[in-house]
Amino acid sequence: MTSPGSAAATDRTALLSVRDLEVRFVTRRATIHAVNGISFDLDPGATLGIVGESGCGKSVSSLAMLGILPQPAGRVKAGQVLLDGRDLVGLSEHDLRQVRGGEIAMIFQDPMTSLNPVLTIGRQITEALRAHLDMDKRAAAEEAVALLDRVGIPDARRRLSDYPHQFSGGMRQRVMIAMAISCRPKVLIADEPTTALDVTIQAQILDLLRTLVDSEGMALILITHDLGVVAGVCERTHVMYAGRFVETGPTTELFARPKHPYTLGLLKSVPRLDERHHRRLEPIGGAPRDMRELPTGCAFAPRCTYATQASWEVLPLLEPTAGGDHRVACHNPVPDAELVAAGLGLGPDADGDAEDDDQWRP
Amino acid sequence: MLRYVALRLLYMVPVLLVLSFVLFAFLRALPGGPAIALLGERATERDLEVLEQRFGLDRPVHEQYFGYMRNLARGDLGVSIRTRRPVREELLDRFPATVELSIGAILVAVLVGVPLGFAAAKRYQGAIDQSSLVASLIGISFPVFFLALLLKYVFAVRLGWLPTIGRIDVRMLTAEHPTGFYLLDGIVTRDWDAFVSAAKHLVLPAIALGTIPLAIITRITRGATLDVVSEDYVRTARAKGLVSSVVNRRHILRNAMLPVVTIVGLQVGLLLTGAILTETVFSWPGMGSWILEAIRFRDYAVLQGGILFFVLVVVLVNLLVDISYAFLNPRIRYR
Ligand SMILES: Nc1ncnc2c1ncn2[C@@H]1O[C@H](COP(=O)(O)OP(=O)(O)OP(=O)(O)O)[C@@H](O)[C@H]1O
Ligand SMILES: [Mg+2]
Repeated sequence: MTSPGSAAATDRTALLSVRDLEVRFVTRRATIHAVNGISFDLDPGATLGIVGESGCGKSVSSLAMLGILPQPAGRVKAGQVLLDGRDLVGLSEHDLRQVRGGEIAMIFQDPMTSLNPVLTIGRQITEALRAHLDMDKRAAAEEAVALLDRVGIPDARRRLSDYPHQFSGGMRQRVMIAMAISCRPKVLIADEPTTALDVTIQAQILDLLRTLVDSEGMALILITHDLGVVAGVCERTHVMYAGRFVETGPTTELFARPKHPYTLGLLKSVPRLDERHHRRLEPIGGAPRDMRELPTGCAFAPRCTYATQASWEVLPLLEPTAGGDHRVACHNPVPDAELVAAGLGLGPDADGDAEDDDQWRP
Repeated sequence: MLRYVALRLLYMVPVLLVLSFVLFAFLRALPGGPAIALLGERATERDLEVLEQRFGLDRPVHEQYFGYMRNLARGDLGVSIRTRRPVREELLDRFPATVELSIGAILVAVLVGVPLGFAAAKRYQGAIDQSSLVASLIGISFPVFFLALLLKYVFAVRLGWLPTIGRIDVRMLTAEHPTGFYLLDGIVTRDWDAFVSAAKHLVLPAIALGTIPLAIITRITRGATLDVVSEDYVRTARAKGLVSSVVNRRHILRNAMLPVVTIVGLQVGLLLTGAILTETVFSWPGMGSWILEAIRFRDYAVLQGGILFFVLVVVLVNLLVDISYAFLNPRIRYR
């Protein structure tokens, strides 16, 4: 099991261990506090969902792990990214290159723009292969065919010489996935892999990811703003707000007993597939936090109906709840009674295993 | 693609027809004429008439036009009034000189402009960026004619590093010129002295003519590179663990080149115009100085043939650019 926070003991076993990572964008006009100290551990083969609304720092965190923050503004202010115990922060460009794509691979949000329009997809896959594995052209091409086959692209051999614009969005995302898994990375970061796709394709891509993670034994970090997406895929879920984790725990537990008002808000804004709950979808009121200055108290306070004086003054830290591995950073966690009223949690399906959460999927 | 090329070539026919007519009419509407230009102010009416009759200039304009077009269809461009040589022959003499000069200028512009623009974009708002901005502003606003004179004065006359005029050392004029492109001739005939001499003669005119396109290409490359570096696929390339030189070349530059190719095509027309001035300053025996002479002498046949040929070249080069653009950009498919 992975365990966040007080993890000094588990450091040695974790494959990827992020410690108090802080990322800033420093421009002439402002400093943006994009990520403000996140920590988590990821075991080999584990699946972790990171959920939060647009601008909360999900993408920036993952770019920081790979050392590809947008330059020159982006920089890692503090923290460690330990991969097999080796800190990637401050690693030489040469060593980082081996990590990128080789040990940690990434899939991006928009498959329409993430592939180079002037290179064939064969070229784009083989260049990844040849950057990390000692392969000649022909072997790389053969491997690329096998990879495209694996991600479900029909007629793979012929399609190798096609250009990205000749593929549909879903197919391009499959190509991106093929590229990402090509060098058998230990960690796959999927940054909103389905956001730009339509609903039926979303489900297919998620299925594909799930299957691949199982068969390859890769660890997966699935980034999304949609709790419904993590439900069927991730064992653990971390909810992010304004560059911090506000609630972390096993996915089922988090869905059954959300403790942070923000998590509750997210859950209320996800459409459920089962017909038993006819609820109105409730978007979270208010706008995301302006990241130009850090608040003294809880960043969510301005939008929170539970906020008290303390919320505005004292920064809440992640503390364990009754649920053991379930942690929340909130002075006034949501009472259980509220959950029942909201038609959430403690219901008959609340303590099922991850598979039962399929009802949340888009 | 073939269909597209055929169509484009076909479109050229009406363009050239209309142009030839306008050109023909315009030249004859200008005050003065070849006879008076050739014979001078003090020629008698009689002398002028004789000369005009000789060249058929006394016939009605439309008759002259149809006669000209009939000959043109047979590849006969007429005879220069001034030199009495067939225009076609002169054209074939002059054309390679201008092509050589233009290619030299484009090479200067591309080989310096692309790396400079790229470096400026990579160090956005850094020293290279700022100074390339200033330099290209100067480059664009400097009149070609003045720049040519300045270069010639400093590097040829004052410093004596490079020759002042001509395409090749006069002693080598008699060397063999199977193609008319002197650099190429030097290689073909293995006459390395001739090659070096031709190259030295080419340097200053090529720089003079290439400066404006250089400035433009630098700016375009810089802008395009700035656009491309923040593209998602560049991030993908980095996330794959590619070496940064590969990211730069294969992923950034290749995409940034697309607008540059278009610009190079558009520059060709301007280049040929600039060639007229450059050739005059450096006594470069190309089409520019040829046409300039022809204007002075109202040498109708040369002007018509030369200008039509200019247009033909510009149109063909642009077609070539469009075709190569399709090869660089797989999203473009001509039908
Ligand atoms: N190049 C940049 N320069 C300045 N600020 C940036 C830059 N990139 C991101 N940011 C800021 O960092 C913060 C986090 O952005 P990030 O892209 O991580 O959000 P996200 O959680 O991935 O959102 P989304 O769901 O929209 O992808 C945002 O406030 C954003 O404005
Ligand atoms: Mg993002």
